[in-house]
Amino acid sequence: MVNIIVNGTSREIDVEADTPLLWVLREELGLTGTKFACGIAECGACTVHVNGEAIRSCVTPVSTVAGRQITTIEGLSSDSSHPVQQAWLTEQVPQCGYCQSGQIMATVAFLKTTPNPTDADIDAGLTNICRCGTYERLRRAVHRAAALMRT
Amino acid sequence: MNAITLSRRQFVVTTLTAAGGFALGIGNLTPAEAATLRDRPWNDDSSGMQGEINAWVVIQPDDTVIIRYGRAEMGQGSFTALPQILAEELECDWALVKPEYASANRNFRENKVYGSLSTGGSRAIRETGDIVQQAGASARERLIAAAAKRWNVPASECAAAMSKVSHKATGRTFRFGELAVEASAIKLDKEPALKRPDQYKFIGRRLPRLDIPLKINGAAKFGIDLEVPGMVRAAIIKCPVFGGTVKSVDESAIASMPGGLQVVKLNNAVAVVGDRYFRAQKGLNALKIEWEVGAAGSTNSEQFRREYVEALDQRGTDARHDGNVDAAMASAAKTIEATYDVPIIAHAPMEPLNAIAHVQADRVDVWVGTQNADVALTMAAQASGMAPEKVYIHNTFSGGGFGRRLGPDEVFQATAVSKAVGKPVKLIWTREEEIRQGRYRTQAAIRFKAGFAADGTPVALDMRNSAGSGNPANVQNGVDPQTIQGLINTAYKLPNFRVVSILKNTHVPLGPWRAPGHSQNVFFIESFIDEMALAAGKDPVQLRRELLAHRPDFQQLIDVLVEKSDWGKPMPAGKGRGVALHESYESNVGMVAEVTVSDAGEVKVDRVVIACDCGVVVNPRGVETQLEGGMIYGLSAALFGNITIKDGRVEQGNFDTYPVARLKDAPKTEVYISPTPGKRWGGVGEPGATMIQPAITNAIFAATGKRLRSLPIKGQDLKRGGVASL
Repeated sequence: MVNIIVNGTSREIDVEADTPLLWVLREELGLTGTKFACGIAECGACTVHVNGEAIRSCVTPVSTVAGRQITTIEGLSSDSSHPVQQAWLTEQVPQCGYCQSGQIMATVAFLKTTPNPTDADIDAGLTNICRCGTYERLRRAVHRAAALMRT
Repeated sequence: MNAITLSRRQFVVTTLTAAGGFALGIGNLTPAEAATLRDRPWNDDSSGMQGEINAWVVIQPDDTVIIRYGRAEMGQGSFTALPQILAEELECDWALVKPEYASANRNFRENKVYGSLSTGGSRAIRETGDIVQQAGASARERLIAAAAKRWNVPASECAAAMSKVSHKATGRTFRFGELAVEASAIKLDKEPALKRPDQYKFIGRRLPRLDIPLKINGAAKFGIDLEVPGMVRAAIIKCPVFGGTVKSVDESAIASMPGGLQVVKLNNAVAVVGDRYFRAQKGLNALKIEWEVGAAGSTNSEQFRREYVEALDQRGTDARHDGNVDAAMASAAKTIEATYDVPIIAHAPMEPLNAIAHVQADRVDVWVGTQNADVALTMAAQASGMAPEKVYIHNTFSGGGFGRRLGPDEVFQATAVSKAVGKPVKLIWTREEEIRQGRYRTQAAIRFKAGFAADGTPVALDMRNSAGSGNPANVQNGVDPQTIQGLINTAYKLPNFRVVSILKNTHVPLGPWRAPGHSQNVFFIESFIDEMALAAGKDPVQLRRELLAHRPDFQQLIDVLVEKSDWGKPMPAGKGRGVALHESYESNVGMVAEVTVSDAGEVKVDRVVIACDCGVVVNPRGVETQLEGGMIYGLSAALFGNITIKDGRVEQGNFDTYPVARLKDAPKTEVYISPTPGKRWGGVGEPGATMIQPAITNAIFAATGKRLRSLPIKGQDLKRGGVASL
């Protein structure tokens, strides 16, 4: 049994200790906004926050986050009102949308440490893969979100 | 609905462009004004609903407008754009629209009532646009006829707007919801005429996409996200040498593993089923599997590359021959030749292939994000042995397709495994399986020869192309139209012109990759056109203008491209601009790429300017995003795309060994839509993926003087003063 705190709620999880957090979220808790895409922490589709920091849950054994605060896309806001979500909506970023939970979670964490990013900061700090090629709009949305969060 | 909202919605701004004039919409609607899409937007058994005016439109008593969508949403936005076209004619309130997937089961049972559900070839709007426009107009006229009948007035005295029919003289109105049941019984003497493009007030608007609110909070359900009661989960590995079969499986290691694991052997694959995916995957990894691989198990990429180039010496088949190329070459003042080739590449959509299948005694249900629900239905029928009319495909959102989801191998496998275990099964491929079990873009080679008159005018162009056919059924007289797509139908005009097709396949399975034949052929021809410009002593844009002198539409496109891209303006050392143009899917698109090549030979694409003439623009942002995204997809192929074979199997397996473009690689991108007049629903999903490849290599040539005649760019020597690897 492992205890984790997901989106503010304490959960007892009965799986093997090496089970990736990704599969715990998706299959034990039904939080399917966090996606499986590579399984080796290359693409970031599985990005969630552990104690506020972005991590790639596909390579994070659940036993290593026992007792920690985990936030998924479902816990970011109850009504898509987070400034990053609103910026994504305004800039119409997603295409297929599969990577976008991870992109949004990575951006939320990135803006905490880099609240006023340049394009170069964004290119260096956000490394998640999008195969639809939403990068131009995503970059714009990061700037928009940063501006929203400063006001 | 108050008058202010009405007038604002009907307000359309017309902006002048180089084309003359075309309608562009006003800004975003408020959420209350937008149509809504469900997170599970399917309806598997839709026939016979009350208020169904035709197979595409149902109007419910509360005025809800259900619009069926007969293609697949992979992020290209046609789940919004096709209903937008239908709503233009229906004159309904967009806020009342609820689109849903057309049923593949019904499409089978009712003799293709929705046409083809296949979503490739940039054809969602190109081929369904007129059909849904007509369906909307037809429904509107029948609603009007129903109202006229109730009022006992001529239909010509009535009009439809904002989901109501009104009688002009008396001001009486009925809501669509009050008329739908009667309207569905009305037969029209003839189908109504469609609005002309200059009459559109809803088509052309920059509407927000309906699926995006579901894609910023995790709500959209992809196939991989669904749960079915009693479901088990399966991991699978197919023989890594294509065409091979299962020889033996040693299951001893999994006996003590958790998850209730069960091995299912298919002819060419082994699956492990369990209560959790991670447990099933661990179980699969623990099996000792022997494969029967045959002679293909000793092949490799170096051999294939050599064979495709050597095949160019074969006689081949003249796919097109204008004038007399041999005579023109013999009398030309100057000739040049060059050979190009490209490797196999994979699709790598973000969502690995997956499907849930449930084989029952009297029906099969499949939940899958597929590009082709018709074929998914056929595959599930084959794998289960059930009659096709008993198969229900619940088409979900899909995490990218790019051609890979046109051949739903995962549906066949999931159905076979469900049949074997007697339970609903969710089968998920790993990324490694996705990279190693693709339906790849073909390896290809081409040899060009061009002849010039003494004044530098090109007089002859000859090309011999070797490539693999993705579908032997398409081959006629030694030619698969797809392998020479973009060559045989190039917009360039030369008096002597020949395309020779040589087909060559290996054991590697092939399939359509975004803009199938165009994707390699545009790299080929647009690179060689630049070589021709150099040989003729002409600017690359100038030579293209001359070869397109018969095409005023292209001249206009080039005007836009030249102006917006600063073509011809000086650039600092180490930087260059490259151009590429192409006509495909009834759209003309041009690109200019700006690159920087460092002294160490590193390439950075700084800026890409795209000009597009796709005819009627349904949703300008949809056009922009498809061209931007297509460009990035082609950028990945140009910079990195390379699948190599060793011992008959794919060497790459994940994004560490099969890299793709990330934000750091993505150029500043500008899209300029400049349509020429007339009604043409030009496709935009694929063109962007092609031109970026030669635009970059042409820009590299401008920056360095080095001509890249193969892809990818990664691994080629572009160091300053160094020797190019070609």
